[in-house]
Amino acid sequence: MSEPAATQTIVIVGAGQAGGETASELRKQGFTGRIVLVGDETHVPYRRPPLSKAYLSGTATEESLYILPPAGMEKARIEFIGGVRAERIDRAARQLHLSDGRVLDYDKLVLATGGRARVLSLPGADRPNVFPLRSIADVQALRAHCLQGKSAVIVGGGFIGLEVAAVATKLGMKVTVLEGLPRVLARVTVPEVSAFFERIHREAGVDLRTGVQIAAFEGEPAVTHVLLGDGSRIAADFILAGIGQLPNVELAQQAGLAVDNGIVVDEYSRTADPDIYAAGDCANHPNEFYGCRLRLESVQNAMEQGRVVASALLGKPQVYNVVPWFWSDQYDLKLQMVGLSAGFDRMVVRGDFNSRAFAAFYLKEGRLIAADTVGRPQDFMFAKKLVAMRAVVDPQLLADEAVSLKTLLPAA
Amino acid sequence: MPTLTFLEPDGKAHVVETPAGVSVMEAATRNMVPGIIGECGGCCTCATCHVYIDQTWYGRLESADEMEQGMLEGAIEPGPLSRLCCQIKITDELDGLIARIPAGQL
Repeated sequence: MSEPAATQTIVIVGAGQAGGETASELRKQGFTGRIVLVGDETHVPYRRPPLSKAYLSGTATEESLYILPPAGMEKARIEFIGGVRAERIDRAARQLHLSDGRVLDYDKLVLATGGRARVLSLPGADRPNVFPLRSIADVQALRAHCLQGKSAVIVGGGFIGLEVAAVATKLGMKVTVLEGLPRVLARVTVPEVSAFFERIHREAGVDLRTGVQIAAFEGEPAVTHVLLGDGSRIAADFILAGIGQLPNVELAQQAGLAVDNGIVVDEYSRTADPDIYAAGDCANHPNEFYGCRLRLESVQNAMEQGRVVASALLGKPQVYNVVPWFWSDQYDLKLQMVGLSAGFDRMVVRGDFNSRAFAAFYLKEGRLIAADTVGRPQDFMFAKKLVAMRAVVDPQLLADEAVSLKTLLPAA
Repeated sequence: MPTLTFLEPDGKAHVVETPAGVSVMEAATRNMVPGIIGECGGCCTCATCHVYIDQTWYGRLESADEMEQGMLEGAIEPGPLSRLCCQIKITDELDGLIARIPAGQL
C-alpha cells in the first residue's frame, strides 16, 4: 500500500459513527484528496448512544448529537450526500450507484453501512405505534408518545429496552418490559448481573417480566393491548421493540464480497477487494485477542475500526486488535463492561449485588478476561488495563475492596 | 465566542473558537484537534478526552465529581491538573482556557 495521491477519491457508504470517524481521521492524518460520505439518513454523522438516554429524555438536543456539524464538515472538505441510499457497487468500474441516479467514481470505497433494528414478526407489529430505536427519526417519533401517565410496553430486556424503561419511568410513565428469555441482558452478562438490573428496575416501578411469550398486538388502527402467550393482556399506548439489530450487508453481498455474520474483512479492515474496506457494526473482523472472528456492535468498535481503515487507506496499516468495552446508563447507575466474559471459569465479586455498586470480575485459568462494574469507575479503568494485559490476578485481592486494582498491574 | 487553546505534547497549538454551552471535548473534536477522542460522546465513561489544564486555569473550573475522579485515576499518566474535558462546559468566563493534550488516550 502506498500513500494515496491528492487526486484520489475516497467514498464512504454510511454516515454513522464508523463512517464519520473514518472521514475525520483521514483529514486528521493529512489526506488531501476528495472524501465523499453517503448516508441514507439526512443527518450528518451523529452519536447514537444518547438516543436511548439523554436524547429520548429531552436533555440533549439534536444539534448536540452531531459529531461534526455541517459547518465543520464543510471546513474539513468532507462532502456529505444525505438522504440517499447506495444501491449498487460496480467493482470493475469502481463506481457506486446511488438511489437518486447519481454515480460516484471511487479510488477507494469504505463500507460503514451499520445495522438496522430487527423488527418484530408478530401479528399487529406493523401498527403505527410500534417503534424501533436506532435513529434520530425513530426517537422523534417515539418521544411524541412518551408522556406522563401513558403506558409503554417494551419488548426486549437488552440495553436499549432497559435504557428506555429507565427514561420512561423517570418521565412518569407506566412501564412494562417483556423479555422472552429467563433473564434480562442474557446475551451480554451473567445471571447475577441480570438479577441486579431486574431488581433495580422493579424497585423503580417497572413491571418486568421474563420468560414471557407474546402472542399478538391487539387494537386498530393502533395497538392498545399486548396479548401474551398465557392469555393475559397488557394495556399499551405504544410498543418499543428493542430486540437487537441486523448488519447491513446487502450492498457488499450483491457486489460479490464475502459476508458471514457481517462483511468479512482482514485484520486491517480490508475486504478481498483491495479497493474496498469495511468498518463498524457491519464488519466481521479476525480478533487476535480472542483468537476468533467477531462482529461487534458498539461505538468503540465503530470509531476504532474507522481509524484503522483511515490508517490503512493512507498506507500506514495497523492491526485492529481491540479489547471490547461497552456501557449502559440506567437511572443514576452506569454499567461499564470490558472484555467478553464467555468461557470464564471463575467469577469474583467486589462489593455487593444487593447494593447499587459492584464489580464482577471474570477469570479464565487465572487470567482476568472480563469485568462488569456498576458505580466503580476506578475498577473499570484498571480492569480494562488488566484484561488487555491478560494479567494473572489473585482472586482474593480482586475481591478485597480495600485493594486498589492499580496495585495489581504488573510493574512496567 | 470563547477561544480555547489546545497544546499538543510537542507544543503545537490549536486555537479554536467555540460557542458557549458545549463541552471542551466537543470544541476539540468538532475542530478536529488531534489526540482528543471522546469515544463515549461526553458521558464520562471512556476517559479518552483526558487533558492537563493549564495551572492558571485549573482552579477556576468547577471541580471534578466522584465519577470523573474515578475515571481519571485510571487514565493514561494522570496528574494533578488532569481533567476529562467532556465534563467542562464552556462559558464566557473560560475564554482563553489552555489545555494540554496527553501523549496517548488509549
